[in-house]
Amino acid sequence: MSLAAHVVVRRGSLELDVQLAVADGEVLAVLGPNGAGKSTVLRVLAGLLPPDGGRVVVDGDQVWDSPEDHRPAHERSLGMVFQDHLLFPHLSVTDNVAFGLRTRGVRRADARTTAGDWLARVGLTGLGDRRPGQLSGGQAQRAALARALVGEPRVLLLDEPLSALDARTRLTVRAELHRHLTDYAGSAVLVTHDPVDAMALATRVVVVEDGRVVQAGTPAEVARRPRTDYVARLVGLVLLAGTAAGTTVELDGGGTVAVAAEAHGPVFVAVRPESVALYLSRPAGSPRNVWPLRLVTATPHGSVVRCDLTGEVALTADVTATSFAELGLAPGAEVWASVKASEVAVYPR
Amino acid sequence: MPAPLLVPALLGVAFLVLPLLGLLVRAPWSEIGPQLARPGVGEALRLSLVSATLATAVSLVLGVPLAWVLARSQLRGRSVLRALVTVPLVLPPVVGGVALFLVLGRQGILGRWLFEATGFSLPFTTAAVVIAEAFVAMPFLVISVEGALRAADARFEDAAATLGADRWTTFRRVTLPLVAPGVAAGAVLCWARALGEFGATITFAGNFPGTTQTMPLAVYLTLQREPEAAIVLSLVLLGVSLATLLLLRDRWLGRGAVT
Repeated sequence: MSLAAHVVVRRGSLELDVQLAVADGEVLAVLGPNGAGKSTVLRVLAGLLPPDGGRVVVDGDQVWDSPEDHRPAHERSLGMVFQDHLLFPHLSVTDNVAFGLRTRGVRRADARTTAGDWLARVGLTGLGDRRPGQLSGGQAQRAALARALVGEPRVLLLDEPLSALDARTRLTVRAELHRHLTDYAGSAVLVTHDPVDAMALATRVVVVEDGRVVQAGTPAEVARRPRTDYVARLVGLVLLAGTAAGTTVELDGGGTVAVAAEAHGPVFVAVRPESVALYLSRPAGSPRNVWPLRLVTATPHGSVVRCDLTGEVALTADVTATSFAELGLAPGAEVWASVKASEVAVYPR
Repeated sequence: MPAPLLVPALLGVAFLVLPLLGLLVRAPWSEIGPQLARPGVGEALRLSLVSATLATAVSLVLGVPLAWVLARSQLRGRSVLRALVTVPLVLPPVVGGVALFLVLGRQGILGRWLFEATGFSLPFTTAAVVIAEAFVAMPFLVISVEGALRAADARFEDAAATLGADRWTTFRRVTLPLVAPGVAAGAVLCWARALGEFGATITFAGNFPGTTQTMPLAVYLTLQREPEAAIVLSLVLLGVSLATLLLLRDRWLGRGAVT
């Protein structure tokens, strides 16, 4: 492991206690809601905030933080990309990119040459003489990436690097960022609240809520088997907790769900809203998962209508606008909801 | 606009502007040339400009780091420090002059030591003028630069740190350029205050033509003997002050400077 960190910070209502490990060439996404302490983790890794406890160790033997020792940011081999780029407004783009080389004693001419090469790599050839204020948001974030990478740091920290960009720019910059992260040999940590960023850019994801890691895994694992409501909502699943005995799960909140795979003990049940079907009367045949529920709200969601349901089981169903119209549902209406057992994922808690 | 606000506002403007107009009206315009050419006038003007500039230089060298400490350090008792620094701002300058005299005079706490070691005594020298002016004017610079530092985004300094810059390099290459407009505005304010300094100067440095008699001192003394000459000297100071103000507005304040 090339970056191993245990970060403990106590600050007002925030009690942060997070462990991370990032191998060389790996991109770890720290995903979590606002106020979960993600950015604080990054500030500690950067050396901008001395932690109240824990350790930050690089390459197994370089101690950046420990209870006895705090190495300040400027003595760490790192690059950081901020949400709003933070390019120095009084320097040209080239001088911004060259800044990290100049502070490390590289001669001005050499630093500017290397900076020019990096500007070419991020697609900003010819813009080096501009001031940051004359760049578009996407260009500025590319320059900020070049500035962070130019010193070939051991650790690259990205703090919501795409969230200040408009939707279209975000798409292209995300693709470019993916390419640069693939080429990057060190350990990268990406903080984001956008699951798409985490899924697209990271090799592993940790989910932080209320200062704790609540889930860790590959992006695919996290997307398929969320362990908290927050993650489930991000990846578009309904999460139910219960206790399994064979192919039947007794839900904690009451009611039962039939599943296809056998399981035992405490489990999570994840349901995709588009696999939930709604009927005005009890459906014919004998599907095993049928519940009489009541519609709470219905909101248009792309090409479907998202129906939040309550009753024996709290569910969300995505139905097409056409079938929603045919059902003629209004909030408060009684409906029957059914899900095939084979469409329900079940995994241990 | 309601009359209870408008009338006092107009009176206020008149109160501030009329005396200056009076100065212009009473000015012996035909005699300005000869008056300015009189021996001593040029000397006093030169001494004023030089000592105010030196006092500003001293204030910059000491005041900018002081402002940084007030705005950025985690030092305990910073608010006490700030209060102490701003005392000269509200202190009657004459009191400042007396205090300087008691500390730096030949019999003063530090002055005695200086005199015994080098045979040099500060009071009644041009150096004393610079010290008196810096004492009175430096808080203007400190307050202005501290305000600029507080308004500047400290995250740029974080970014510099992640790029390997220690705090001194960060200060020189990032912080100072970012607050340059505030520093410049503070320096001009400080210079203007030093230029008009009277009380501390006459108390600590005395009134010796050629070495310590600055323009404000010359104006005051001339007024008692030759009012016409005092008006001319006053006009010169008014001109310099107006020029300073214009410089401030157009060059720095106009560009959204942080002060």
